Amino acid sequence: MRAIVCIKQVPDTTEVKINPETNTLVREGVASIINPFDTYAIEEALRLKEKFGGKVTVISMGPAQAKEALKEAVAMGADDAVLLSDRAFAGSDTWATAYTLAQAIRRLGEFDVILCGKQAIDGDTGQVGPGIARQLHIPQLTYVCRIQEIDPAARHVRVERLLEEGREVVVCSLPALLTVVKDINQPRYPTFLGIRRATRMGIPVWGADALPDARPDYLGLKGSPTQVVRIFNPPARGGRVTVFQADTPAEAASLLAVRLLADKVI
Amino acid sequence: MDFAFSEEHVMVQKMVRDLAAKEIAPTVKQHDREQRFDRSILPKLAAQGILGICIPVRYGGAGMDYISLGLACEELEYVDTSNRVILSVHVGLNSLALLQWGTEEQKQKYLVPQATGQKIATYGLTEPAAGSDAVGIQSTARREGDHYILNGEKMWISLADVADHFLVFAWTDLEKKRARDHSGLTAFIVERGYPGLETGTIHGKLGVRAGNTGWISFKDVPVPAENVLGQEGEGFHVAMSALDNGRYTVAWGATGLIRACLDASVRYAKQRQTFGVEIGRHQLVQQMIALMQLKYDAARLLCMRAGWLKNQGVRNTRETGLAKWYATVSSFEAAADAVEIHGAYGYSDEYDVERFLRNSKGAVIYEGSREIQQLIQAQYALGYRKDKPLRCELPAYDPETWAN
Repeated sequence: MRAIVCIKQVPDTTEVKINPETNTLVREGVASIINPFDTYAIEEALRLKEKFGGKVTVISMGPAQAKEALKEAVAMGADDAVLLSDRAFAGSDTWATAYTLAQAIRRLGEFDVILCGKQAIDGDTGQVGPGIARQLHIPQLTYVCRIQEIDPAARHVRVERLLEEGREVVVCSLPALLTVVKDINQPRYPTFLGIRRATRMGIPVWGADALPDARPDYLGLKGSPTQVVRIFNPPARGGRVTVFQADTPAEAASLLAVRLLADKVI
Repeated sequence: MDFAFSEEHVMVQKMVRDLAAKEIAPTVKQHDREQRFDRSILPKLAAQGILGICIPVRYGGAGMDYISLGLACEELEYVDTSNRVILSVHVGLNSLALLQWGTEEQKQKYLVPQATGQKIATYGLTEPAAGSDAVGIQSTARREGDHYILNGEKMWISLADVADHFLVFAWTDLEKKRARDHSGLTAFIVERGYPGLETGTIHGKLGVRAGNTGWISFKDVPVPAENVLGQEGEGFHVAMSALDNGRYTVAWGATGLIRACLDASVRYAKQRQTFGVEIGRHQLVQQMIALMQLKYDAARLLCMRAGWLKNQGVRNTRETGLAKWYATVSSFEAAADAVEIHGAYGYSDEYDVERFLRNSKGAVIYEGSREIQQLIQAQYALGYRKDKPLRCELPAYDPETWAN
């Protein structure tokens, strides 16, 4: 099983501030973490490797600092990592990011599966994973909450997708790109062995010159068709609190259950 | 001069911090209320290798350095003292003593399963009538053939009711016991399951209620002669050198407790309003917060120096004692101020700071009380006390050989 995991380093907060002048995220002074959804993708890749053997490669595009995120993935158990970092990549929107990552994945060679988080907690677009699949002309399975079956020999995978209307079971051929939701697993912590390996291994940094097949006009700001007109926080959603009161917790729970069923929540 | 943590240290710190936040924090208040030790944390710590964090890989450990041990203690006690105590007795007082004094056979038999976390270990020096006065202990061990017969009682022992292995101190020379000559003391590795060994839990403690503290009773317990740690008559040196490591973990833990007080106080000072402003705007509140910051930084620097000395393989009894004294006393003061900042809310268990205050007092007393620490520092300064080389020193950290 050859798995590639695409991860993003994001600010450690869900309340990202926006610079109103530039319409970009304010990253200064905020500690960085691996995008939480991507940690589920890493975990799922590690589980596939444990089941089938093979190799897990993590890849990220970002500033030099993003090496920290890659090292953490290695500390969790990934075999190797690649950082895409170059001034030429700066200002990439989701299209250019997907294009650049796809170019790098081509260079990495044969693979069975690409795993991504369903979206990043800073930009929240959820577009890069599907974008990579389109660039590579492979099937995409988004919002995966369970891999029911994956057969690298027969070249197919069957997954459950967590959708608003319910769960959808989809079968497709390999190689494929999966974006995962947090229900899929419980990510492991880095191990000491992994930490030692991560801090002692060098992480290769690929710039634009490492991707000779990439069209320069498709990279970075130049290659980004998106125009951000305005970014704003939507008004807070109004909520209401209902307390279910009964003589016993069990009765209160059953009142709650009746209501949740009536509202089709469960 | 380099005050920076390595990349490895930062990753260790983050891993333990995440683990403590996810696995311990959600339930610790409940366990504290119930005075219940949650055993389920042990396999989690073991699976992560934390129970053998600074033991070389060839002895089943993770092969990290002594600073990593300290950082783990800081992160665990940031959430609750009870979890740091596990590292203090299991790693600091017991496993490191095996690493320092143990024969290869003893290391294979006891250190390896302890470092992997299959077996849990603790340390028994204190008795009902002897704490600071170590040569005042009453436990005895008389030689009979290839065994010693151990009798006595240990008290205030962390993990007494949980541990599988005990490092126990007893008199093997009754003449010297009468003369209070510490060269009559011997250290023994004792296993749960030896006939005549019983343990129990003490309830009603002021703090560390989520931790297990208890007593061990020995009634004619046969201990194989090969379980003497160090040599017969060397027990006092084994006990004191183990305290250099135990105190080190206590000092780092207390530093984490100061940081917990500081973070809680800063958070509350920005939430709570009085006289029309958030209370952080009041100068007397600022003073308490400034003192917490001072104590945190100073305690941590003392801990870092002690850890650096350990990594170098340099004797650090004085520096570790100083760190332990300062950090524990400061954590008690910081916790008292944290309660003060929280006002009446701080006095209730709605917030964590009342638990921090209760938890902080124990470490001021155990592993060398505040008073003993002052005597030690004064004796070094006055020249009344000098460290003599030990037959076995704690090994220096070597990143290459420890990783294999």
